[in-house]
Amino acid sequence: MSETPLRNNPVEHPASTPTRREVYEAGVRRRSNRIALISTVSVLLAIVVLVPLAPGWEAVQRAFFNGRVFAATFPGLLEAFFLNVMIFAWSAPLIAISGLAIALCRDTRAPALFPLRLFGIAYTDIFRGLPVVLVIYIVGFGIPGLGLPRPWNSPYIWGTLALVLVYSAYVAEVIRSGIDSIHQSQRSAAASLGLSDQDTMRFVVLPQAIRNVVPANMNLFIALQKDVALLSFIGPVEIFRQAGVYKSLYANFTPYVGAALIFLALTIPATRYADYLMNKQNRARS
Amino acid sequence: MAKLSLRRVRKRFGEHEVCKGIDLDVAEGEMVCLIGASGSGKSTLLRCMNLLEPIDDGVIWLDGTDISEPGLDPQPVRQQIGIVFQSYNLFPHMTAAENVMLAPRRVRRLSREELRPRVAKLFSRFGLGDRMEHYPDQLSGGQQQRVAIIRALAMEPQIMLFDEITSALDPELVGEVLDVLRDLRKQGMTMVLATHEMGFARELADKICFLDAGRILEQGPPDVLFASPREPRTKAFLSRVL
Repeated sequence: MSETPLRNNPVEHPASTPTRREVYEAGVRRRSNRIALISTVSVLLAIVVLVPLAPGWEAVQRAFFNGRVFAATFPGLLEAFFLNVMIFAWSAPLIAISGLAIALCRDTRAPALFPLRLFGIAYTDIFRGLPVVLVIYIVGFGIPGLGLPRPWNSPYIWGTLALVLVYSAYVAEVIRSGIDSIHQSQRSAAASLGLSDQDTMRFVVLPQAIRNVVPANMNLFIALQKDVALLSFIGPVEIFRQAGVYKSLYANFTPYVGAALIFLALTIPATRYADYLMNKQNRARS
Repeated sequence: MAKLSLRRVRKRFGEHEVCKGIDLDVAEGEMVCLIGASGSGKSTLLRCMNLLEPIDDGVIWLDGTDISEPGLDPQPVRQQIGIVFQSYNLFPHMTAAENVMLAPRRVRRLSREELRPRVAKLFSRFGLGDRMEHYPDQLSGGQQQRVAIIRALAMEPQIMLFDEITSALDPELVGEVLDVLRDLRKQGMTMVLATHEMGFARELADKICFLDAGRILEQGPPDVLFASPREPRTKAFLSRVL
């Protein structure tokens, strides 16, 4: 065997030593990481140094970042947040079910079921076209105004219903896009085996469609978690309203910052997870 | 009497007429191969035969019954005429065994327990005994296509249609799928194939039909049609593909 080094022969190259390409790419990677680090640190430094130089900084710090007020109100805010979680927990399944039902309404083809289809179209158009807070006002104040007996006059119930109404429309549209994304050949294959249209939808199309739209629906449910705070406008003392109460009590805005932190503690991990699912799906498709 | 008869079958998509009056007879136990260039109407003709596409004009008889009558419920017909597609079209969210059992369960109302032994026998007959619990994306193209064939066979159809089932396969996987067709041929299954596998068609078909621009230009037994085609267009096509 010859003693000539095999550096230029990629096939003979043992896996343990990096190829020229790998060495080059590692260098490029190190360099871009270094640049990203330097630029991030300088931006952060600029913020930390420059913002306190602003003339109103002292006042803002007292009003929004007051440690004493934060410590006093945070436990109460957390407790109020439990109501948000409860409202979310019982509206989310209702939204999932009625969103699916409305999506199926829109997908009906039989002429006898045309009214259902019309209903599905009208429903999604109307509730996607209205600001959430307006629906909460109309339903949350309107229905209890009918003079229903307790507990059926509770704004807690009707406000939640308003959320269910609005979000069902969005979820229905997402599910419908999932149904549309299933290739016609899947329906052909099911039909060629003699499956009925209903069975094709139930066993072939829907299971795939729903799997495809899980990330998109995750994003909707994150938005829902935030919109629960809108119920504060009609009564229930959830976290946003509780923060308002504390604000008046302490004449300080720090409770709002506390509430914001509590929301972020929940929504950021959920958003990251939804992104992770979305990326995984994109990779699987490509 | 022919098992399946087509007379003057026409099918158009918008302005484009894909089948321009097709006459075809398929006898019981016969294997008919449709050949012709892409776009000559082979796939559409197969899809018309099991009513995946409604025909615009003409008649299709299955065992002497008119199955092309507008408004007729297509489901019972489709149970008797199975089809296998070029792109397999397996249900990706189900295991191979579930793919095969879905239609018998829902349409024939058989239980999984009743189906299991029969399905297992089909899988091992086609060399897939150890692949029943795999998902389609865990199987090779040739294995997926064999599962698709088993799925169609599980409904115990009287006729099987094959739409270029080897065209999407890597060359080294074509053989295992063609072996399945040989096996079916031996069992006496009535079959219609759209195919580009000329060697296979020549070896096994009872009748070859050459389709050109939506018409059957020429048909006959393989040794006649391949050796001495009458029509110049048939000659030209065969000289390109052989």
